[in-house]
Amino acid sequence: MADNTPAGSTTDGAIQVGGPRQPIDARVSAPASYDVADFPVPHGREEEWRFTPLARLRGLHDGTAVADGAGIKVEVSVPEGVTVETVGRDDARLGKAGKPVDRVAAQAYTSFEKASVVSVPKETVLTEPIRISVRGEGGVAFGHQVVEVGAFAEAVVVLDHTGDATLAANVEYLIGDGAKLTVVSVQDWDRTAVHAAQHTALVGRDASFKSVIVTFGGDLVRLHPRVVYGAPGGEAELYGLYFTDNGQHQEHRLFVDHDTPHCRSNVAYKGALQGQDAHAVWIGDVLIRAAAEGTDTYELNRNLVLTDGARVDSVPNLEIETGEIVGAGHASATGRFDDEQLFYLMARGIPADEARRLVVRGFFAELVQQIGIPELEERLIAKIEAELEASVA
Amino acid sequence: MATLEIHDLHVSVEAENGPREILRGVDLTVKQGETHAIMGPNGSGKSTLAYSLAGHPKYTITGGTVTLDGENVLEMSVDERARAGVFLAMQYPVEVPGVSVSNFLRTSATAVRGEAPKLRTWVKEVKEAMERLQMDPAFAERNVNEGFSGGEKKRHEILQLELLKPKIAILDETDSGLDVDALRIVSEGVNRVRETGEVGTLLITHYTRILRYIKPDFVHVFANGRIAESGGAELADKLEEEGYEAYVTKGGVTA
Repeated sequence: MADNTPAGSTTDGAIQVGGPRQPIDARVSAPASYDVADFPVPHGREEEWRFTPLARLRGLHDGTAVADGAGIKVEVSVPEGVTVETVGRDDARLGKAGKPVDRVAAQAYTSFEKASVVSVPKETVLTEPIRISVRGEGGVAFGHQVVEVGAFAEAVVVLDHTGDATLAANVEYLIGDGAKLTVVSVQDWDRTAVHAAQHTALVGRDASFKSVIVTFGGDLVRLHPRVVYGAPGGEAELYGLYFTDNGQHQEHRLFVDHDTPHCRSNVAYKGALQGQDAHAVWIGDVLIRAAAEGTDTYELNRNLVLTDGARVDSVPNLEIETGEIVGAGHASATGRFDDEQLFYLMARGIPADEARRLVVRGFFAELVQQIGIPELEERLIAKIEAELEASVA
Repeated sequence: MATLEIHDLHVSVEAENGPREILRGVDLTVKQGETHAIMGPNGSGKSTLAYSLAGHPKYTITGGTVTLDGENVLEMSVDERARAGVFLAMQYPVEVPGVSVSNFLRTSATAVRGEAPKLRTWVKEVKEAMERLQMDPAFAERNVNEGFSGGEKKRHEILQLELLKPKIAILDETDSGLDVDALRIVSEGVNRVRETGEVGTLLITHYTRILRYIKPDFVHVFANGRIAESGGAELADKLEEEGYEAYVTKGGVTA
């Protein structure tokens, strides 16, 4: 298994230094827009769609998926002091974090009827998480969620996806100056669910945003975690963990847009894959624009392939338009839990299933510890164990 | 008393043009307390013997028997063999990223001993064993074999030997790639285990150098997939002077 790969020698990466003709956002087939009509129907050869099995999107990409009122049930529970509103399409707080970047996200933006806005007043420090439960009920749905955290407030949001649905959604995080927001989004869907979503964070001056994306379930999950900075001094930590089983397609497409000076970002995603046709895709785009002097960024993706028949596409991409930065790096490596490792552990008396558990637990341990919410850490470890049980059974 | 009996063992590997026979009828009996050196030129099948005994899936047993105290070793899975008391110190131990040495050792000891060692005595046991092998305590927190030097890997193998206390220890070229200091430390570790009288040792080596530190009771010359000659420690002296040439030529004719 490969160790840290220095920047520029990734498995399938590219570094461009100095004014690229085609910035990351321009590689896509259409500019970002709120209107689905501005995006052509993808056919699969487009850069942003080439890894995704379109036929399994159940029409989210071509307009044939229509909300049927039986898609999802959303429950929001909040600690005291936090407000929850259901608002119409014309609410001024919608769409502030950024525009949809692909046709499915634009479809969601064009099609949703009501949005949910959760607001944490300024200087409010929550001791309990805000819980947003999205329960799939088998139908088609388009969702829109906004979480707004006032200046110097601190909050944790747990966004939980379970059940079965065909869901396209946009989630916006508006993080006020000096505020701290941690969001844990768990995709614990039934094996049949299809979920495509864009999560966009607008990070205020000196604000901190921590995103933890955990994807276990679904038939197809495709997420766009994105960060933009509204003012200098912002910090974003983007962590992800996925466990892709046979036949599942789990795709995480990150974008950190450094267009503001003196901001930091750190990205670390780790995935384990097992079984025939398990497919994980990780795209890590970081763009440091000319104005973003003093940027410090690092991104990492690690994959652990546990069995034959699984496939990983890992594409880190760092574009730097200014040399006046603190640091920029990326690393990607995909390793196999191979027969020689298994033999070594078994030759020390450790049964095969336990050997596999030992390796996977070790692989994820460091990342799980970053979450900083003990209750969630325990749940994740239990979930990882359950995934492994299923694989050795 | 534990006894490993190898009788007429034939082993093949899958090669490009079909299976290729590497072991061609090995007969050997190793008893608890004994040390057998197996010496031979490159490609004679020494390592194949070691890995076949441990159960590596690459090797196919095509004939013969291996028993440990009458139990059929060849029917056991790799982990069952280890738990039955067969230990293989590997020439090229693999990296296991994400798994710390301390976690690995404890998991392994738990499996081999059949119960988790008591934490307090275990910590002390590991610490003392590491001190004897002159290993830095920080070692325990590193990932298994990740970034280890050649010498560190071999010490780590012998550390496991000391902690797991097997009935039969197979040391596959444990001396290769070691400088004199490391060779001495590793050999002392092996000798501590031998002195308990509870282990039968199969010492596989290309060179006679390690035999100055670890005195064998028996020396076997391996050539062309079988034992070509057996004798006492004096046979090693003969090999030191004359090399393997005689066996290679002889083997070449019979092959």
